[in-house]
Amino acid sequence: MKDKNNILRIIATDCGSTTTKAILIEKREGEYRLIVRGEAPTTVEAPYEDVTKGVLNAIKEVEELSEVIILDGDKILKRENNTDKDGVDVYISTSSAGGGLQMMVAGVVDRMSAESAARAALGAGAIVMDVIASNDKRMDHERIKRIRTLRPDMVLLSGGTDGGTKKHVVQLAEIIEAADPKPRFGSTYNLPIIYAGNKDARENVKESLDDKTDLYIVDNLRPTLESENLLPARDKIHDLFMEHVMAQAPGYKKLMEMTDVPIMPTPGAVGLLIETIAKRDNIEVLGVDIGGATTDIFSVFQLAFNRTVSANLGMSYSVSNVVKATGLKNITRWVPFETNEKDLRNRIRNKMIRPTTIPSTLEELQIEQAIAREALRLALEHHKAMAVGLKGVQTERTISDAFEQTSSGETLVNMETLNLVVGSGGVLSHAPRRVQAAMMAIDAFLPEGITMLAVDSIFMMPQLGVLSTVHDSAAAEVFSKDCLLKLGMCIAPMGKGKPGQEALKITIGEKVYTFNYGDIEFLDDIKSSERVRAILKPAKNLDIGNGKGKEMEIELEGGLVGVIVDTRGRRPFNLPENDSERIANLKRWYKSLNLYPEY
Amino acid sequence: MAHSYTPGLKVTENTIVRKERRLPLKGDVSAKKGDVIKADDIIARTELPGDVERLNFAGKLGVSGKEVFDYLKIEIGKEVKKDDIIAESKGFFGLFKTQIKSPIDGTIEALSEVTGMMTMRKPPLPVEVDGYINGVCVEVIENEGIIVESPATFIQGIFGIGGETKGIVKMVAQSPDYTMTIDDISDELIGKIIVGGSIITADVLNKCVEKGVIGVIVGGIDDKDLKDFLNEEIGVAITGNEEKGITLIITEGFGEMAMAKKTFNILKNNEGKIASINGATQIRAGVLRPELIVTHDDEIKSTGQRMVSEEEHEGMGIGSVVRIIREPEFGNIGKVSALPSPLQKIETEAMVRVLEVEFPDGRKILLPRANVELIEE
Repeated sequence: MKDKNNILRIIATDCGSTTTKAILIEKREGEYRLIVRGEAPTTVEAPYEDVTKGVLNAIKEVEELSEVIILDGDKILKRENNTDKDGVDVYISTSSAGGGLQMMVAGVVDRMSAESAARAALGAGAIVMDVIASNDKRMDHERIKRIRTLRPDMVLLSGGTDGGTKKHVVQLAEIIEAADPKPRFGSTYNLPIIYAGNKDARENVKESLDDKTDLYIVDNLRPTLESENLLPARDKIHDLFMEHVMAQAPGYKKLMEMTDVPIMPTPGAVGLLIETIAKRDNIEVLGVDIGGATTDIFSVFQLAFNRTVSANLGMSYSVSNVVKATGLKNITRWVPFETNEKDLRNRIRNKMIRPTTIPSTLEELQIEQAIAREALRLALEHHKAMAVGLKGVQTERTISDAFEQTSSGETLVNMETLNLVVGSGGVLSHAPRRVQAAMMAIDAFLPEGITMLAVDSIFMMPQLGVLSTVHDSAAAEVFSKDCLLKLGMCIAPMGKGKPGQEALKITIGEKVYTFNYGDIEFLDDIKSSERVRAILKPAKNLDIGNGKGKEMEIELEGGLVGVIVDTRGRRPFNLPENDSERIANLKRWYKSLNLYPEY
Repeated sequence: MAHSYTPGLKVTENTIVRKERRLPLKGDVSAKKGDVIKADDIIARTELPGDVERLNFAGKLGVSGKEVFDYLKIEIGKEVKKDDIIAESKGFFGLFKTQIKSPIDGTIEALSEVTGMMTMRKPPLPVEVDGYINGVCVEVIENEGIIVESPATFIQGIFGIGGETKGIVKMVAQSPDYTMTIDDISDELIGKIIVGGSIITADVLNKCVEKGVIGVIVGGIDDKDLKDFLNEEIGVAITGNEEKGITLIITEGFGEMAMAKKTFNILKNNEGKIASINGATQIRAGVLRPELIVTHDDEIKSTGQRMVSEEEHEGMGIGSVVRIIREPEFGNIGKVSALPSPLQKIETEAMVRVLEVEFPDGRKILLPRANVELIEE
């Protein structure tokens, strides 16, 4: 691959399960920018069974739109010289087609090594199908049956600190051996298993698994109780994803030859980008991608990166599961009109069985956005439960902290210190009014204090994630200029007040704005991308980040939507139980933010 | 470009159906290419490895892991019967011996010196795959199964529960908008696949199970009734393994919806014939829809060659008949009267590709193209 300084043009694709998206990035007037985007249906399934067909089709669309020749037949045309008009310097790709990477993890203690193993797998971009632990209260034969029926793409086995007892982790290896698991794609190769446990047990694990599986040994991911070392396991997962999982999927061998760097699992690439941005700007970030089947959440809090996949929370295939998980009442609480339970249930089911349909009436849109709020809320709950404990790979904890984790499982997710929320996925990125995306994020995540809200304009975070591995500054430039659409800041004081009472005063220069408890409104006068210094003074029982009643001077930033002041309360945020009162409140809030055309 | 509309479910009186019949693990395939297969014929069989039993061998004997082999009475890999003595401690001067008896019939697979655990395996479980439909074996998938092909009537539903079954088609509804009642489910429907009209309730479904009806094909069901019938809420649209003793195929969707006339008439034409049905539905990846197949047995002949279906799949055009598959007007059928190409703003303010549909009463509406499905005439 060319030297970074000589890279002018980059083509990047993301092979999703239904659509393959291609973007063309080019350096113009000294900065890297997104030039055009193309897409085509993914061609992993029959009758095509060759992922490169979809990739070439998507790139062809880019060629037509950009008027740059990128393809030479079925090959990517490379720029040999800097004077070449056509061709690209780099081709990179991510993939989640064929169900992405599906893993099973095992560890000795569910809240310790098994949890660390799950974090490593999730961080690498996998869907964790099940976590087997010595103390998961299942009988051995139940665990064996589970391993056998799930057919994961690979297994990550961990457990035991280095030099500690080996018995339990060897027992897990024996359970895997007895299950004799087969990989998801055919029976022509052995299932890859990564062992990242007690180094003293390596020989015993080899004895159990070397013959029956394709065993790889990496450094212990929990070498001591108070340290976590996820990187070797994560890297090995990426390698094996390429070598085994992707190589089995139709057309991927060809695709792997086309790309300049290894193909990454889509969520792994998104995670990498979020991590890079958080580090670069020294901020805490929460990224969410809500799809038809799953919702992924990525976060960086206290420098620790975490990712979770809520495998059955989504807006089409999994929409009924959102109802199952949260209950119909929690969905209808966001709907500003009376609903009939039978009718609503049928509507949601019909969306599940015909997932490509779109809401065509305002009522349908409001119902869909109500479901999205609950899917996002539940996904965040799930993420909070998983993003706990160790404060990053480099930061060590004391033994007492480690035990505290097992008892309390305190989450790293802190909505008060969170700086940026990035939303993506159809329901957020394609909401007819941008303010609807902002409101869904606010209602679902309940950000506290001051938080910037943004959406990924065309979901190019995956491609930018891989790009960050070859050209970090190009990835960062495109991310902030073309990918991230800032909606505006949300200001939400914490605490409880009485409806109608003054909650917050904002002073900007000579002007003073007052906000009452129980409302949500725009802070007028801050236009798109404008930054202004402001003094925020909460009421004595409310806290904006400096303590109850304490004022704060801060630079406020607008966006496509504007600055939203949410004085509806936090800790707790409550909607009225009484239906007519609840509907009246929703209508008032929606009207105040001009959320829908009819209010 | 991707299709901007949902291709219709296949509902046809005459097509070539190909079904893959595959073992869950490799095994023996008895059918050969060119064989004429009956739906009940066993075409492949294998054995699934038996369930595993783990035994705390060292713990029961009160010895350390390293010593376990000293006490083992039966070699690793050997078969044992339940209650066979597999280990015995030495005891004191030959007294107070501890014995370990085999908890199962099976084989001793492994014994670990590290963990002191013994792994035993129960005898393998035989698995057989039948032909599912009458037809000709047109391809053998080595050690795994076959592809069986047949000219047939083929109806796809939109959602179903329950797995494969075979039985005689019996019309209970006399019109597509008929609503079945408990009184319709009589003793004579035992072993039958019945065709209802617009909707079925949990009570009627339970009565069907009670009377031994093996399959139901109906326009719609309320989600609440499905939940009541299954005693659980279906979260993700992956079905087929429900063990309720009945296979249910919904042709239109959730709620009260008259069965499409074409579907109803085809079913009526096949009354009294044997059908193979499967309620398995998987909407994500691969899209599996429930189905009913009535093979045209007099046309089945072994040529050793695959037959070619004569159907053509045309795109949507002016005059195409479509069904609306989302509120408002959900379930209504009309003809496409215009296909404007520029994106248009709809009530939600989203900019989407739209089409104009004209209903039989002359009324016309604009709606997103994504919200209709083509009905193949």
